[in-house]
Amino acid sequence: MRILGLVLREIRFRRLSFALGVLSVAVAVGCLAAELAHLGRYGAARQAQIDAKIDATEAAMRRLEDDYRVITKRMGFNVQIFPRGQSLAELHAAGHGTVFMPEERAETLARSRAVSVQHILPVLQQKTAWPERERTVILIGTRAEIPRGEGAAKQPVLDPVPAGAAVLGWCLHRDFGIARGDRIAFRGREFTVAACHEERGTADDISLWVNLAEAQEMLGLPGKISAILALSCQCEGAAIEGIRAEIAAILPDTQVIEYAFQAEARREARTRAARARSDAVGGEESFAEESRRTWEEFAAALVPVVAAACFVWIGVLALLNVRERRSEIGILRALGLHARDILAIFLARAGLVGAAGALLGYAGGIAALRAASPDGVPFFSAGIFAAAMLGAPALAMVVSWLPALMAARQDPAAVLREE
Amino acid sequence: MLAAIEVVKRYAGPAGQVTALAGASLTIEAGELVIVRGPSGSGKTTLLLACGGLLAPDAGRVLVDGQDLYRMTPNERAAFRARTIGVIFQQYHLVPYLTVRENIMAAALAVPDARAGDRARELAARFGLGDREGHVPAALSTGERQRAALARAFLNRPRILLADEPTGNLDAGNAETVLSALGEFARGGGAVLLVTHDPRAAPYGARTVAMEAGSIGTPA
Repeated sequence: MRILGLVLREIRFRRLSFALGVLSVAVAVGCLAAELAHLGRYGAARQAQIDAKIDATEAAMRRLEDDYRVITKRMGFNVQIFPRGQSLAELHAAGHGTVFMPEERAETLARSRAVSVQHILPVLQQKTAWPERERTVILIGTRAEIPRGEGAAKQPVLDPVPAGAAVLGWCLHRDFGIARGDRIAFRGREFTVAACHEERGTADDISLWVNLAEAQEMLGLPGKISAILALSCQCEGAAIEGIRAEIAAILPDTQVIEYAFQAEARREARTRAARARSDAVGGEESFAEESRRTWEEFAAALVPVVAAACFVWIGVLALLNVRERRSEIGILRALGLHARDILAIFLARAGLVGAAGALLGYAGGIAALRAASPDGVPFFSAGIFAAAMLGAPALAMVVSWLPALMAARQDPAAVLREE
Repeated sequence: MLAAIEVVKRYAGPAGQVTALAGASLTIEAGELVIVRGPSGSGKTTLLLACGGLLAPDAGRVLVDGQDLYRMTPNERAAFRARTIGVIFQQYHLVPYLTVRENIMAAALAVPDARAGDRARELAARFGLGDREGHVPAALSTGERQRAALARAFLNRPRILLADEPTGNLDAGNAETVLSALGEFARGGGAVLLVTHDPRAAPYGARTVAMEAGSIGTPA
């Protein structure tokens, strides 16, 4: 028979005392395990809700951002690329380009890896007479936007004008009573009116759009264009200096002009949308953090109180055990056991109380939680279980240390003489 | 073998210090059973505890085979006691949750011995407890309890036995068993210090000393 055998026999003999100790530890561990498991689950569930909300917010904000992008896209092209020899003074005085460049320039730009501009559209624009109506108009020849790379085709900023069709600005169709579907003659050619624009308050109101090839023929400028229109994303890093530098590398004989109003509106819209998304997501994350901190503070306050109460009780039980076993301690010392053996007897008992209590308490706490939450989600945590199985015996031994020391220091002669 | 020399022991009592041993001296040789008599409070039990290395005297020495018990460290003294000295008390002091056999073997906790189990069985049989080995003390008669305590005292083959009123609660038959065992131990070369009032012990003692007020008097 060894010391541990003695301890086990004593436990069997004083079952009630041992059971009370185990129960006390079990209550403490059970409460803590259940609390921690519940907090963990609550936290995870809460985090999932918050994550979902953040995802939804991000999606909504992305949609808003996209909406802004679409809206500002409707404002039209915000970048124009002219031949390098185009005088800006002449450009603004005439209202259109006066120097021309090959149409292939637009193809070259579209095939390039330029990232700062999209929706590339070659145009030929010229103020010219409409002899059949004795009116001066701005003739604009356009074609379909040139697709870039192999990505999905984008919705064009400007719909192409098919051959044989014409689109009229507001003043033109109003003044001549022309409607969509009418046939008109322009510089000796017949066109079908494909669309009549609403009033825009710009030079567009006196403009007439036809297919680029037909415009080139009518103006005697085959294969020429006066400008390439493009849409800058106005993303971060897409300032006009960057655009110019990038396009200059691809089309060195051109110059780039930015339509300040459209560009600024688009830039502002996108910046605000991005900021709104950031603020909304940040708000959710702050709320999540605050919520988690509140629960952690609650647990941090509750856990020590429960643990302290239960382990003080363990200490009291250990003290009672020592008092009850005075005679036994006396005779064991008389039989030659050292003080350290007596200490070991009581600490081993405390350790067993802690281990049994931890096992029972953890199982009980988790079972209770499982019964209360029929969703079948597991509560078991190896980390918490290991902490309970190590921590509870250690704590039980710590609080039993003083009573065990009292037992070890007990004078055997005093006990034997009293008896 | 055992010598208590000018041993003094005082206790602090509610009415001041009480002198339990006032320079008591006693020598017990191997093969000798010495009976100590005296009225209650004369210091008999204190002398026995001091001789057993359980109660350090305020003055004087206790020698076992020439070794001063109280010059040893507490751990050395405990180990020495476990190997050399067996003790028996009037109240048996059996461990309540151990069976008779386990109680006998409890003496081997301090002196681990692989043959302790066999010896415990032999001793249980020798003291008439063969059929009671698996019983706890609460299930035993007083005589059986004292015989179990006696067997425990014998387990480590001590050379000295200290017995404090071992027959105080026993009937004639059980007292005879206990006293015979002590006598036989002495005849086998052991030294026995027997504190008792029991006149039935007289035939077993080589000599009897009287204690009075903490001092060893003339042989009664």
